[in-house]
Parts: sequence; C-alpha cells; structure tokens
Amino acid sequence: MNKYVGLGRIILTIALAMCLRIVPLPEALAAFNPDWVLLTLIYWSLAVPERVGIFHAWTFGLLTDVLTGRLLGQYALAYSLVIYICLKLHRRLRQFPVIQQGLFIFFCLLLSQLLLFLIKNFQHPAQLHASFWLPVFTGTVSWPLVYTVLRFVRLTGRLGRIK
Amino acid sequence: MDPVRTTLSFFVDPLKYLVDLPTVLVEQAADSVSSYRALKKENERLREEQLIHQTRLLKFAALEKENIRLRALLENSFKLGEQVLVAELLSINTAPYEHIVVVNKGTRFGVHPQQPVMDANGVVGQVFRSLPFTSEIMLITDPNHAIPVQVNRNGLLTIAVGSGQLNRLVLPFLPGNADIRPGDLLITSGLGGTFPQGYPVAVVDEFTSQPNKAFANITATPTAHLDRNRELMIVWSSSKPVPLISKPTANNPETRTHVDE
Repeated sequence: MNKYVGLGRIILTIALAMCLRIVPLPEALAAFNPDWVLLTLIYWSLAVPERVGIFHAWTFGLLTDVLTGRLLGQYALAYSLVIYICLKLHRRLRQFPVIQQGLFIFFCLLLSQLLLFLIKNFQHPAQLHASFWLPVFTGTVSWPLVYTVLRFVRLTGRLGRIK
Repeated sequence: MDPVRTTLSFFVDPLKYLVDLPTVLVEQAADSVSSYRALKKENERLREEQLIHQTRLLKFAALEKENIRLRALLENSFKLGEQVLVAELLSINTAPYEHIVVVNKGTRFGVHPQQPVMDANGVVGQVFRSLPFTSEIMLITDPNHAIPVQVNRNGLLTIAVGSGQLNRLVLPFLPGNADIRPGDLLITSGLGGTFPQGYPVAVVDEFTSQPNKAFANITATPTAHLDRNRELMIVWSSSKPVPLISKPTANNPETRTHVDE
C-alpha cells in the first residue's frame, strides 16, 4: 500500500544519473566518466531492496542501452546481475563502513564492465583501449559521494523507513 | 528489435535534449549579447561570400549542363539532384572511445540509416541509427568506418579507414609505388552506393613507402571540421537519372533544393 511513496524520487535520481552518463566532457575527461546509473541503482537496491530490484535494474538497463546507443540488452543484463548480487548481500553490506562498501562496489562495477566487454567481444573481436576500464576505478572513488547524496535524498524523502 | 528501441527512445530522448540545453542556452546568450559592429561585420563577410558562391554557381550550372551533354554522348546516365536537411549536433557524449555523435533530427524528418552526412567543407560521416527525435551519426574517423575514395588528381581508387583520431584517416590498401602525393585531395568515389560521388573527404598529408611491406603508410586529414561544427547536413541523393533533354518544369531536378526547417 505504501509501496509507491517516493518512487518518483528514486526515478528522478536515476534520470539524473542517466543525464550525467551522457554529459559532454572534454575528451581527456570523458574516459573517466563513471557508470552513474549503476551506482545509483546499487545504492537504492542496498537501501530500499523492497522497492528497487532486478526489474528496475533491467528496465533502466534497457533505457541506458537506448541512451548510449549500445546493443539492446547488454546494460540490462549487466545491471540485473549486479543488482541480484546486491540484493543477496544487502543485509551484510549495510553494516559495512562506506570505505569497505567501496571495495564491494569496485567488484560490482568490474563485473558489469567485464560483461560489457564479453558482449562486445562476441559481436566482433574488440580492440579496446585500456581506458575502457577507467570508469571502474572512478566509479569506486565516487561511491562515497553517491552514497552521501542519495542518503540525503532518502532521508529527506522519508524513504526506506519500513512501515 | 527496432520498434523496441524506438519506443524506449521516447523516454530517453528528452534526457538527451535536457543535457544539451545548457549549451543551447549559452549559445543563445552569446548571440543576444554580440555587438552591433560584430554582427554587421559578419553580415558583410557573409554577403561577400554569398556573392562569390553565387558567381561560381552560375558557372557551375553551365558546366553541369555540359557534363550531362557529354555523358549523354557516352550514353551514360548521370545522377544528380540532392536534397539536404540541416541538423544540429546535440552536445552529449555516449561512448568515449567511439566517434558517434547525436543530432537533433530523426525519423520524423525522414532520416534513415546509411544516409551520408556533410558539412560545408566535406564529408562528415553517415547516419548509423535513426530514432524518432534523434539520430546517431558515425564519423568517418571512427575505427569501424571505411569510405571509398578517389584521388582527385588522377582518379586512383582506394578506401579510407578511420583511425580513431579526429584529425586522421588511414589509407591502408595502396602499394608503395602508388601515384599519390601529400596535398592530394581525396573525393568520394561513389562506389558502394552510400556516398554520392565527388564530395571532398580528406587531404593526404603523409606518404611513406615501407620497403619490407606490401602496402604504403598513408595518412590524410579530413576536410570537414569534425570537432568544430555544430551544424551538419544530412543528404538525400535522388537516384533518378537526369533526362537527357530537360523538361521545362517549375521544379527542375537539377537544381539543388535546400530543405530547411
């Protein structure tokens, strides 16, 4: 009954993350732009797992595919898998300090990027630049920022107080 | 697959325009505060340019007629008549390691994949995917892009492949003794059917033959301003050959029609 309260807020943050994903940056910085959509989805799946789950991950993955002009479904697959792992581990992860969560986030981002790499490789032998892996590192570094901002959004919206 | 992408793009394309909005606003602000003198200067310059181009076009019309007549003698039909649509670049960044840009015209304006895209100075690329409100354009410098070209000086045919750098094309399939020099203009050859024949693509800037390899090492610089222009032209080349004796109709297919918004 209370399920849809604050869903707009969640969707708004994800839409903002999608904007950040395609924001124009100088060429030197563009390779560093982390996967904001995945970071946002991870945060919400850890904070309010009863609201944001694999379905959301899959839907926003598809939208990200269209947004960035990739093969339809590759982000959907990567995001769903990562969010599945997050949902399985969310109880334990909530206890960790932010830095320790960062390590987990690193492996999540690495997994997603590895999947994207594999899918790209299946299409045609990819000759990817080493900079393909940079978003994993910058994403890990920006996790505390994402955590702080979204936590603020969650608390001001009184989201995640179950019942 | 495509209907799905089209449907989803209705949700996503507004975001693209939203991200582009600051750039548009800054541009408009810059336009509105530009001084009277600067505007007048620009106006004068444009008027001069227009005059020069008009005079050239006068000659061009005569040459075109002559060319058609000569081709008629050779019993060769000649493709002419291109429509263009001006599209504006959205300043968004989809993938850092690919040279794909997004413009603000899509299938609603009849844009379809594999259409050539030009700017005022040369070939920019081709439409890679078109959605209702936007379309993605692959630049000629994308590592996955190749364009059939011809050396303007002697008609030598070859293929120019993108290098992944915005100012560089590579010509990997010419032997060490090929007749090509730095400074040669490369134009589209029209082979392959995607790009119409005769548009400038690049200027050769380096030629080194490698004695131990079968092919020479040749690079060229695109003539189009790939990193500066915000306005691009999407081209429809009509495949109707021009009749040998032109009919006196109102809309002559030989004249270039500019379809603007």
